[in-house]
Amino acid sequence: MSTAYPTTWRKPPQMIQSRGLRVALAVGALIYLVLAIGTIEVNWTRVVAGMERGQRFVAGFLQPDFTTRWRDISNGLMESLTMTFTSTVVGVLISVPIGVGAARNVAPVWVYYICRSIIATSRALQEIIVAIFFVALFGFGAFAGFLTLTFATIGFIGKLLAEDIEDIDEAQAEAIRATGASWLQLINYAIQPQVMPRLIGLSLYRLDINFRESAVIGIVGAGGIGAALNTSLSRYEYSSAGAILLIIIAIVMASEYSSGYLRKWVK
Amino acid sequence: MLRIEGLTKTYKTGDKALSEVSFEVPKGQVVGLIGPSGAGKSTLIRCINRLVEPTSGTVHLNDLNVTGLRAGELRRARRRIGMIFQEYALVERLTVMENVLSGRLGYVGFWRSFMRRYPGSDIANAFRLLDRVGLVSHADKRADALSGGQRQRVGIARALAQDPELLLIDEPTASLDPKTSRQIMRLIMEICRERGLPAIINIHDVVLAQQFTDRIIGLQAGRVVFDGPPSGLTETVLTQIYGEEDWTAMRNGAAEDAEAEAEEKAQAEKMLRAL
Amino acid sequence: MSVVSAETPVWAHRTPRKRLLLWAGWLACVALFVWCWERMTQRTIWAFVWDAPTAAADIGSRAFPPRWSYMERLWAPLWDTINIATLGTLLGIMMAVPLAFLAASNTTPSRLILRPVALFVIVATRSINSLIWALLLVSILGPGILAGILAIALRSIGFIGKLLYEAIEETDISQVEAITATGASQGQILTYGIVPQVLPSFYGISVFRWDINIRESAILGLVGAGGIGAQLNSSLNMLAWPQVTLIILVILGTVVVSEWISAKVRHAII
Repeated sequence: MSTAYPTTWRKPPQMIQSRGLRVALAVGALIYLVLAIGTIEVNWTRVVAGMERGQRFVAGFLQPDFTTRWRDISNGLMESLTMTFTSTVVGVLISVPIGVGAARNVAPVWVYYICRSIIATSRALQEIIVAIFFVALFGFGAFAGFLTLTFATIGFIGKLLAEDIEDIDEAQAEAIRATGASWLQLINYAIQPQVMPRLIGLSLYRLDINFRESAVIGIVGAGGIGAALNTSLSRYEYSSAGAILLIIIAIVMASEYSSGYLRKWVK
Repeated sequence: MLRIEGLTKTYKTGDKALSEVSFEVPKGQVVGLIGPSGAGKSTLIRCINRLVEPTSGTVHLNDLNVTGLRAGELRRARRRIGMIFQEYALVERLTVMENVLSGRLGYVGFWRSFMRRYPGSDIANAFRLLDRVGLVSHADKRADALSGGQRQRVGIARALAQDPELLLIDEPTASLDPKTSRQIMRLIMEICRERGLPAIINIHDVVLAQQFTDRIIGLQAGRVVFDGPPSGLTETVLTQIYGEEDWTAMRNGAAEDAEAEAEEKAQAEKMLRAL
Repeated sequence: MSVVSAETPVWAHRTPRKRLLLWAGWLACVALFVWCWERMTQRTIWAFVWDAPTAAADIGSRAFPPRWSYMERLWAPLWDTINIATLGTLLGIMMAVPLAFLAASNTTPSRLILRPVALFVIVATRSINSLIWALLLVSILGPGILAGILAIALRSIGFIGKLLYEAIEETDISQVEAITATGASQGQILTYGIVPQVLPSFYGISVFRWDINIRESAILGLVGAGGIGAQLNSSLNMLAWPQVTLIILVILGTVVVSEWISAKVRHAII
């Protein structure tokens, strides 16, 4: 019992071992913050004037006005909902073969590269930018929105589905291959049962996202409830805007709850 | 010394996990608690530090009535009772040293513990304990980098860092291989001897219990059915405790285990909810 | 022993009732789809749609090559875009963390009042896209990057808050129990039992959100909330297609870089 034990202990650094690098990173972050915050220009007179509008918006949100613009709202809502559903269905149908093709363990190399590049293009392009182009090409309205959402769905589902197929239990696939099954039989017996519940879950999730996005792409003219929202905001009709936002929140909440139940039921 | 009188625990579902359990553990004695799964062993040791709230009965640690304490006093009582867990229950993402020092949480204030600025004596003591369990060179490693046996040693050091007057040990060897199990049991026994520490070890393995402990208490369906020296564990006594191929009892046992777990969870949640 | 039936049993994949339900379900889906399609395309002018390939070829021919000289006017908006995303994410984190602890069922101080309120704030901020927040804030605060930062922050609250409270709810209860058994106070249980367990997911979530925010802040300028989107908007209005091409290339480059950084950081954490 003669050994003396140290009476101090410092927690060793967990992520970055070098002390110099740690200090440099901290200083760099600080300089960045100062520079970045310095770029914020605030026009205070404008803000003060805006506060009054802000109050009116909060008031409008608390006392939403559903009636005055009900025609616009209901039309926009109908467009958003139909666009959401059709684009999700078509998007999922297209993304299934693309997702299978983008899975390294089941697709030949050249198919793999083609499918991966389709997915990468779809994911890299913002919905809004895609919507702008589709509106320019196909004219204003829900059809451009439908195409935008379908395009975005392909990238989303395709990527996640491909990753899922790459993660499957290889033993099951091997067992089916050992029976002398063809490629389609392999997909049907070994892959489909393993990824189906997740595909359904992803589709429901994408349905949810598509609805939320459908509220946005209306701003650039691709139909849906976003157009109504844009109109009411540009006319400073905050009580109608509040009503639209509340409807969006309510629908997202409802779809989230019901998709939770559906997913449990599927499993 | 620990004195338990008429300890009873009835779960919300109406199942009786413990009924009228009474015994005393004098200073320095190591008690092995055996019995089939679901006999109430886990509930019993958790009732002693009130991680599970007993329905009736009392627990006295020396002269302190643990069952009558309010929240703040209960925390002060808990720091006198060290606990070692089945799956180690280390905070996996903290270093070994932090895990050992977490045994001092009941003694230091919030900011001290938050900034990891423990008193020098606590740190020296933590190093001494790590040396005692043979892990001093691993102090700066993260807990999830250790093997099962090493993690359990950290668990022991954490319990000892509390300067406990009693050790509660829940299935210390359940997730270890036979050789490591024996090493851990031997270590626990040596430490209890060194410090004259009473301990209750809840243990599945009858042979291990017989080999290491001073006294055996057999629990069956929440009642004490045997209390005596390890040598008294005869064939008939074991049959009485474990029953003879009574599979239905085992199944009920599993259900009771699940209940105990749910209760524990609810208790922990209740504590957290008050945060 | 089971009784062997006299007839050979007929094996069917599904029972007749199940098969019927399945077909009915599919039929309902198809009917719903057709109805939705009809409703949606009611006001579509098909002449535009059939004309689209020519229009695409036309725009395509005018969009190339990109006007590289325009780049010098893009550096400042690009810097703004990155600042909007970064500061917005930081602000969002600051608001989301306390909210997550209020919303997690195992750490909330009040189950009846604060938890539902926190959950509502999380759902509300998550349901509304940052572009809509920007639209709203620009109309209140006036155009500029402040509106952009706030829009990104508000949208991030819901996202970070939701993932973080789920991570808090999934913490291993035995570690919390062990800390409780040492006699730790509730603040100590939080910092020793729960925070270390959720810290990795917290870093992961934050970096992930930052990556998404870079994408989103690139388009906020369309509604006047600062960043490179403003240039995109004016170029589109002037039908300056070579500039549009360049801006989109710049946005794509930024997105790729930010995705690479986020993947690296997340990899380093795990």
